[in-house]
Amino acid sequence: MNWIAKLYYKIQRLWKAISLYIVLSGPGLVVMIADNDAGGITTYAVTGAKYEYGLIWFLVILGPVAYFVQEMTVRLGIVTKRGHAEAIFEGFGAFWGWFSLLDLMLLNWLTLITEFIGMTSALMIFGIPAWVTVTAVCLLMGFIVVNGRYWTWEKIAMLFCALNLIYIPGAFIVHPAVLDVVARGLKPNFPGGLTGQMFFFLMANIGTTIAPWMLFFQQSSVVDKGLKEKDISFGRFDTLLGAVATVVVAVFIVIVTGTVLKGTEVTDAAQAAALLRRTYPYAGDLMAIGLFNAGLLGAICISLASSWAFGEVFGWAHSLNNKIREAPWFYVNYFITLVSAGLVVLIPGAPLVLITLFVQVVAVTLLPAALVFLILLLNDRKTMGEYANGIWDNVVNGGVVAIIILLSTAFGISTLFPELFSQGAGP
Amino acid sequence: MSWRRAVTSIGGNLDKVRAINRRYAHPRLTISPMVRVCLLILRVYLLLLVGLLAYKFITMVIG
Repeated sequence: MNWIAKLYYKIQRLWKAISLYIVLSGPGLVVMIADNDAGGITTYAVTGAKYEYGLIWFLVILGPVAYFVQEMTVRLGIVTKRGHAEAIFEGFGAFWGWFSLLDLMLLNWLTLITEFIGMTSALMIFGIPAWVTVTAVCLLMGFIVVNGRYWTWEKIAMLFCALNLIYIPGAFIVHPAVLDVVARGLKPNFPGGLTGQMFFFLMANIGTTIAPWMLFFQQSSVVDKGLKEKDISFGRFDTLLGAVATVVVAVFIVIVTGTVLKGTEVTDAAQAAALLRRTYPYAGDLMAIGLFNAGLLGAICISLASSWAFGEVFGWAHSLNNKIREAPWFYVNYFITLVSAGLVVLIPGAPLVLITLFVQVVAVTLLPAALVFLILLLNDRKTMGEYANGIWDNVVNGGVVAIIILLSTAFGISTLFPELFSQGAGP
Repeated sequence: MSWRRAVTSIGGNLDKVRAINRRYAHPRLTISPMVRVCLLILRVYLLLLVGLLAYKFITMVIG
């Protein structure tokens, strides 16, 4: 009877832990899955079409990379109870604070435009005009933030996260040769050699895995959710689960396009979806729906990241738990960012391709700064106490940050000067 | 919100910018030699990158 009592006790403990995780989960999962935004889906779709399954191993490596970086924001947010923007102002003074805040605002706005580009091009496949998509998205996103609290918003966002898994059935529809995927995908190699173009693709995949808005978003998110020091292990697990989910989705997108579109010149995810529909209508539809969902999820998170950052620094009420009357500037910022980005997509002849490229360039002016600040803040023992980075944290996280900075900078420069990468036409 | 209130509110935010500059005039983080070097490298990095951006922009306009 003793073992039955012990088993019952263990099950009870496990159930309690799961229940607690369900309550505390959210920021890590949402930020990681939203990382597979419209730009990310395009990068993975083009990577699959270009190199088939050859770079799956590289995407698998990027999972831990994203986890190590984002885990630091969890600790920093929970211990300081401040968002990343406010932490930079306080830690490094007004100059670096304004630089980060204004750069973030510009970058998020430009990225938001790319999300709208993704969403409108995805729904155009189904014959829905761009203005209908933009209007519907703005109304939907307004409804999500205005009609609820942080908890409601987060659960709706997690619903969209679940929809991001749509690429998994999509991959099964196209019947990939599983053994082939495993054999060629998980063996580290560079199909065609480490050429300029291959380097460009590697950098593009890194660029889409670690984005500046993610640091700001997750830190603000754990603060708004009210997580405490005792919740750090749950926050870590949440981030880890999100990192696994984001890699799984990325791998399945590569499998879809690598199976059906191998050798085809693909420039974006919407084109990939349209091409897929010719041979596998359902897979093409799922790709288009997934692209729209990815853009929507990205837009939801990115517009909030800006509003949170401004609210923190200006001292405005900046919680989703506040009503519009209580936090007018928070919501004004949110809607201006959202609606103006949507309107840009509707301008006839707007330089959308140029904007998409410019996003990468602006990102490399903010990402290294945000990452360096993150490492330095995590080493501030006076504030972080026992949650400060240890030696191994610094070795691993510092190494990851150094590699990201080097490669993302190379990516930004290659976007500006493609001739440096002789064969380097971007995705 | 009337126009008068909106203008007053924007003016209030400009005052807030000044207050933020005063509040964060001095970094709270201890500026150790390592932090100083990191910030210096960051400044050089950003200057180089902005220089490259400006070069690209000028060559695009001229070309």
